[in-house]
Amino acid sequence: MLKIKNLHASVEDKTIIKGLDLNIKPGEVHAIMGPNGAGKSTLGYVLSGREGYEVSEGSVEFKGQDLLEMDIEERAREGLFLAFQYPVEIPGVSNMEFMKESVNAMRKKQGLEPLTAAEFLKKAKEACKQVNLPLDFLKRGVNEGFSGGEKKRNEIMQMILLEPKLCILDESDSGLDIDALQVVANGVNSQRSPERSFIVVTHYQRLLDYIKPDFVHILADGKIVKSGDASLALEVEKAGYAWLGDKSKEAGA
Amino acid sequence: MSEQIEQALARKYEAGFVSNIESETFAVGLDEEVIRRISTMKNEPEWMLQWRLKAYESWLKMEEPEWAHLHYPKIDYQSISYYSAPKSMKDKPKSLDEVDPELLRTYEKLGIPLHEQQMLAGVAVDAVFDSVSVVTTFREKLEEAGVIFCPISEAVHKYPELVKKYLGTVVPRSDNYFAALNSAVFTDGSFVYIPKGVRCPMELSTYFRINEQNTGQFERTLIVADEGSHVSYLEGCTAPQRDENQLHAAVVELVAMDNAKIKYSTVQNWYPGDEEGKGGIYNFVTKRGICHNNAHISWTQVETGSAITWKYPSCVLKGDNSVGEFYSVALTRGRQQADTGTKMIHLGKNTKSTIISKGISAGRSNNAYRGLVQMGPNSDGARNFTQCDSLLIGDQCGAHTFPYIESRNPSAIVEHEATTSKVSDEQLFLCQQRGLDAEKAVSMIVNGFCKEVFKELPMEFAVEAGKLLEISLEGSVG
Repeated sequence: MLKIKNLHASVEDKTIIKGLDLNIKPGEVHAIMGPNGAGKSTLGYVLSGREGYEVSEGSVEFKGQDLLEMDIEERAREGLFLAFQYPVEIPGVSNMEFMKESVNAMRKKQGLEPLTAAEFLKKAKEACKQVNLPLDFLKRGVNEGFSGGEKKRNEIMQMILLEPKLCILDESDSGLDIDALQVVANGVNSQRSPERSFIVVTHYQRLLDYIKPDFVHILADGKIVKSGDASLALEVEKAGYAWLGDKSKEAGA
Repeated sequence: MSEQIEQALARKYEAGFVSNIESETFAVGLDEEVIRRISTMKNEPEWMLQWRLKAYESWLKMEEPEWAHLHYPKIDYQSISYYSAPKSMKDKPKSLDEVDPELLRTYEKLGIPLHEQQMLAGVAVDAVFDSVSVVTTFREKLEEAGVIFCPISEAVHKYPELVKKYLGTVVPRSDNYFAALNSAVFTDGSFVYIPKGVRCPMELSTYFRINEQNTGQFERTLIVADEGSHVSYLEGCTAPQRDENQLHAAVVELVAMDNAKIKYSTVQNWYPGDEEGKGGIYNFVTKRGICHNNAHISWTQVETGSAITWKYPSCVLKGDNSVGEFYSVALTRGRQQADTGTKMIHLGKNTKSTIISKGISAGRSNNAYRGLVQMGPNSDGARNFTQCDSLLIGDQCGAHTFPYIESRNPSAIVEHEATTSKVSDEQLFLCQQRGLDAEKAVSMIVNGFCKEVFKELPMEFAVEAGKLLEISLEGSVG
């Protein structure tokens, strides 16, 4: 699904990702953990092609194609989805309208007919229920006046509707209470399938109680310094990230 | 991002073609003789000529206003032709079959078929080409309801009492420089009269087209809604793409008698000039309505064209409990400049006004909102709510707000809200990450921004306006 080799990336001339390797197969869930400033969010932005994030070295292959050659919307249409940590508001554009355009952009890429308003509404209502959002959220402006938790659930709803191949969840747990966290996790779990892969970026182990990862990677100073199974997350929970101080220097040496 | 936006804004002006029509056009220049000739061409009665000449006299004594936030070279009023009409219109065609097919094709190309059977059901059109009205549709049907809808040049002959009674009562001859000029040289436009208690059975609309080179268009519209009547009126405007600037100085007067309601919508898409600001229409327009007791006037405008826009559709709320509304979307790009807004003059008791203005600036354009809310000494319990929002696209454009509030009544309430925002990198990125291309994203964000105004437009035209913004924004993203 995704093959990242020796990736180096910078923002405003500051190198954030410094030689990252990662291999994700279809159906796998990879958690990426690490201290603040390790480059966790940057990885999501680089993979989705956000402007201002420059790749200086390395390669990324997505479904056998060179991901770095593609435009932002091309990557999205190929099935790469990023759930934002802080989704932005688009006043006056209804969630419904926004997502219908979005779903139909994906369908067009797949050579499918666009959904009619009625067909879309039916799907959207189901997705709304799945993440426990009232139906009037479909009519409201995109993220307009949503609480933090509602924004996160709205992101998951979009993911459910778009049926992506690779989902990158950027701290989808931050700022959520335990109930909202479960809703988000249930939404994600319902979408797990042998064809779909996930990168779950999180600072805390908490989310991984609900979304069981196949692999856990610790990202520090722009590199993966340790990889393991779900138990690694528990280890981090106990020991914190302080031990990484030395570890990352070692790895860099 | 701004590069992307610039591309999406690269203009494509679809109404920019020229029709090859033989016209009778006056030589350039303006003096008393020209006014007499216009009056003769129109076969006008003496009172109309005298009215024009008085306006000309006051115009000569006036000076072009310079207070607007607009920069343009001085207009040479002697280099403009003040009358142009297709030759085929000389012997008034009796029916559509006698109208020059090239003229009909022009309107068809613009999406305004004039054959009634092809038209949008429920919309009557008066088509004004340069200085004359080509055709007015659905007239019989309207006459059945007692509604008068005809070219103003015709109304001068057929309904002189009505015209004399109301012409110049809302916008006096010497109201301002451009209104005085219009009063002296106006050529055509629409006249509407809705009798007492009648709800106009269809939307009325006028479609203005400038075709000839070096001509100005000076149309005059007068709408009178008698007691308890209702009417919804829409105007649209386009012009060919030319390198020279052309002047358009119109006057619109609305009279809403007791309990009457007038809804006036404009979709203005005059040629805006090219990317470097060459060519385009100079649009200096005076629009004003007067509301008697319990009357209601609502102005909705979508302004996307013109090199220069100077216009302030206003309401004089003379009667008690009368209501004035102004909903505006003004989009400027390239080198366009707009100075637009409204005046709400509260004279009567418990009068209410609402102003919603949405300015969108892109490219190197400048977009100004200028509005006056005046609460007179007798306007007990009057209320105004104003909301001015500006949206900036890119980093080389300007948005300006000039609100004026004058209150001479302690019980009047005036509220003003203003915001300025940008189409942000983040919004664009979110849309693109969801598979939308940048152009689609920008047009969606802009449409969302304008939603409150678009919902005020008649259904058919709301869709049209949305599309117009989409075309206008094409290439503005990069």
